[in-house]
Amino acid sequence: MTDTTADTATAAGHPKAGSLYQVSERTRRRHAAEQRFRMMGLAAVTFSILALLGLMTSILSNGLSSFHQTYVTMEVFLDPAKLDKKGNRNPEDIAKITTFTIQPLIQAALAETMEARGIAVEGVNAKKAVELISKEAPAQLRHFVLDNPEVIGQSVTFDLLASGRIDGYYKGRVSMESAALDRNISPEQLVLADQLKAAGILESRFNWSFFTAPDASDTRPEAAGLGVAILGSAYMMLIVLVLALPIGVAASIYLEEFAPQNRWTDMIEVNIANLAAVPSIVFGILGLAIFINFVGLPQSAPIVGGLVLTLMTLPTIIIATRAALKAVPPSINDAALGIGASKMQAIFHHVLPLAAPGILTGTIIGLAQALGETAPLLLIGMVAFVREYPGAPPEGFFDPASALPVQVYNWTQRGDPAFFERASGAIIVLLVFLVIMNAVAILLRRRFERRW
Amino acid sequence: MTPSAIILIVLGLAAIGYFLGRQRALKTAQRDGVKLHSLSGYHGQSVALFVAVPALFLLAAWLFLQPVLIENSISGKIPESAIPEGGAKSLVMFDVRRIADGLNQIIASGDSSEADLTDMRADVTDVRSRLAEVGVALGSDVSPVVFQAAKEYRNIDLVASYLRNIAVLVVALGFGIWALRRIQPKLRARNISETFIKALLMGSSLVAILTTVGIVGSLLFESISFFKMYPAEEFFLSTTWNPQFRGGSELGFLPLLWGTLYVSFVALALAVPLGLMIAIYLAEYAGSRLRGFAKPAIEVLAGIPTIVYGLFALMTVGPFLRDWIAQPLGIGSSSSSVMTAGLVMGIMLIPFISSLSDDIINSVPQTMRDGSYGLGATKSETIKQVILPAALPGIVGAFLLAASRAIGETMIVVMGAGASARLDLNPFEAMTTITVKIVSQLTGDTEFASPETLVAFALGLTLFVFTLSLNILALYIVRKYREQYE
Repeated sequence: MTDTTADTATAAGHPKAGSLYQVSERTRRRHAAEQRFRMMGLAAVTFSILALLGLMTSILSNGLSSFHQTYVTMEVFLDPAKLDKKGNRNPEDIAKITTFTIQPLIQAALAETMEARGIAVEGVNAKKAVELISKEAPAQLRHFVLDNPEVIGQSVTFDLLASGRIDGYYKGRVSMESAALDRNISPEQLVLADQLKAAGILESRFNWSFFTAPDASDTRPEAAGLGVAILGSAYMMLIVLVLALPIGVAASIYLEEFAPQNRWTDMIEVNIANLAAVPSIVFGILGLAIFINFVGLPQSAPIVGGLVLTLMTLPTIIIATRAALKAVPPSINDAALGIGASKMQAIFHHVLPLAAPGILTGTIIGLAQALGETAPLLLIGMVAFVREYPGAPPEGFFDPASALPVQVYNWTQRGDPAFFERASGAIIVLLVFLVIMNAVAILLRRRFERRW
Repeated sequence: MTPSAIILIVLGLAAIGYFLGRQRALKTAQRDGVKLHSLSGYHGQSVALFVAVPALFLLAAWLFLQPVLIENSISGKIPESAIPEGGAKSLVMFDVRRIADGLNQIIASGDSSEADLTDMRADVTDVRSRLAEVGVALGSDVSPVVFQAAKEYRNIDLVASYLRNIAVLVVALGFGIWALRRIQPKLRARNISETFIKALLMGSSLVAILTTVGIVGSLLFESISFFKMYPAEEFFLSTTWNPQFRGGSELGFLPLLWGTLYVSFVALALAVPLGLMIAIYLAEYAGSRLRGFAKPAIEVLAGIPTIVYGLFALMTVGPFLRDWIAQPLGIGSSSSSVMTAGLVMGIMLIPFISSLSDDIINSVPQTMRDGSYGLGATKSETIKQVILPAALPGIVGAFLLAASRAIGETMIVVMGAGASARLDLNPFEAMTTITVKIVSQLTGDTEFASPETLVAFALGLTLFVFTLSLNILALYIVRKYREQYE
């Protein structure tokens, strides 16, 4: 449509240019510039979509493998001579056995299994062979024995975690070349692992314990899980929901419906706008200075994290709620007032229910933001290594816990590359939660939002 | 009784109060043969509010103040001689609290009675091993003074908690009975409960103010104690950042500021043109199908937590830049660098800029576009010569908001930029930022009351002032600009 006007303009400027159908040099240049500009725009869109794809691919390709884990399945003879020296099955005596006592049992069991199947690799003795099994395995056995003392003296089939290197071998992280340089694993041990795998003793299966197990120490990436972190995040979200939703809705109702137009109200509004843009780490400093140092709440507790995230989420919820309240047509309020309702009744009985879907959507989006927030939680001590699950709420709110994004950060700070896989896996879990929350928010909006 | 039990009891009382109030209102109305002024539910509601709200506020205030007050009174009683050489009073108080906690657990485990505890003395009993039994591990043996203080702490704490429970219940019952007794048909219960609720609504809106006061207060307070220990001109003007565990640190702020600005500059240099072009393309050129796909996709970028970007920088972008650009060119060997953090942060900021610019471009009146087309300008000429100049103030506002986001961003720089404070121009060198140092100084093992830790608050204060002034400026510009076309 602009062609004709452009051409006439050119024609007017250059009387000798002739026909409209003959494109002049200047017009061609201008159209080329137009094309270039358009291409630049398209390139920008493409770049950002590629960046999104690159981000997703990087996380997925690094992290998906953490949902599978290599296990060694074999029978272990729970030798009563070792586990229960007094022979009286007294739980207190059994509780004194250590993982050092159990390690030889596993070693013997593996040697026996290998012999029975005729598996042997030169240069790998029984002591070397048992290195294929995670250092977590004796602890696993010990717990099992303590929980079921009656099994002592029997042979029980266990699924024991394979060590992080063996697991990495089947995920492409460890190769024969890298094993030759690695003092934790040797190529011969990998050969043995291959033979065990062929015999069906070693196998890879879905890693449920990734979602339930607590964090593990630096040397046992294969045992590290997200249990404590998921629980801690859930506790914090609960606190944020319980505190931020009522306070945010109440504040919005006041500002939207009751507040007089004066300096005081202006100040509150400016404050909320600014709080929404304060860097999250500053909220962490606030949490550290006020909630931990001044009030004396415990470090790395979900209650502190929850309070800090509540303060961070409030502006989001207030802004969303006010928009939702504004979207309800004034005629509804007027009609309620007209038939004799008080202002409070009109708002609570009529306006608020109609604004509810918008408020809920805003709350869910606020919660999703809070769930991914990391920096403030670092400052209030949630980076601590926590292996104990927090107790049941409300007391559990005061127990040390971790949080999903902090656990990710924590794992990236460890030396073993197997933790990077875990970190990416944890990110996938986090993103799945976020996708679910946002999907619920979108569904709510589609389903219940009314356009007036 | 734990605070949560008290809360439950108060809420239970409030529920009972509701029903009693309703009943009483109905009964008095029937007795007197008159109509109630308010619906009976409002009578119940006002009783419930009077039971619950003052009592819960009292409980909250008490929980907030009790530890602080007890701490002060106990720490005043610890003589200077009980503080170990080179230690701080706060550490002794920490021990006191832990011992008191341990004593509670000894009682709870049922091994000792209160009387045993009164007799227990640090110089006679092996307190440390007794405490270890209940899972409280202490670093050293307990000195008699500290143990005495711990016992006192525990006693005051017990008494105070007891008083607290009584006070909260008395307040709940007192207000409840008062509210119940004044119920009569003529009472304007609806007005009372509505005023009450309105006060609650107003109180909630004050939380925003309180948060700001808390932020500014805590930053200022700790920064002042930092500047008492460390000269301010050194902090603001020195070019060396070299914290030491044993004191004698050099805490110059300039290298951190440089790193922050450099990373933000790289990020904005990527994000502003891209974001702007995306906004323009999607608003002016793209068909509805592309827009329907690209807009949500770009918005997804905005919803991704920064830790994900941090991991992306650490695992993918950093090694890529090092192996393909920095090392072949011989200009750097570190995977964490200004470029890594800057590029990833730029990607994070794209949706932020594009959605802000989208609003701004859309708010330029259609008549201005039509006028330009009518004069024969092409689309791109219209955009470049009419829309962008008209939208310039808004775009500057968006730029400032993005800059404030970039300066305050933490996880990407923590994981992507590195930790070495230096003043360097090479973008493939690891540098560090204000936020990185706040995290590292506050998560380290240094003692709290040392300049090495407190410097984080001074850094936080400068960060807060920076971002706040950028935001205020940006909001001012955007608001001013909006008015122009409304």
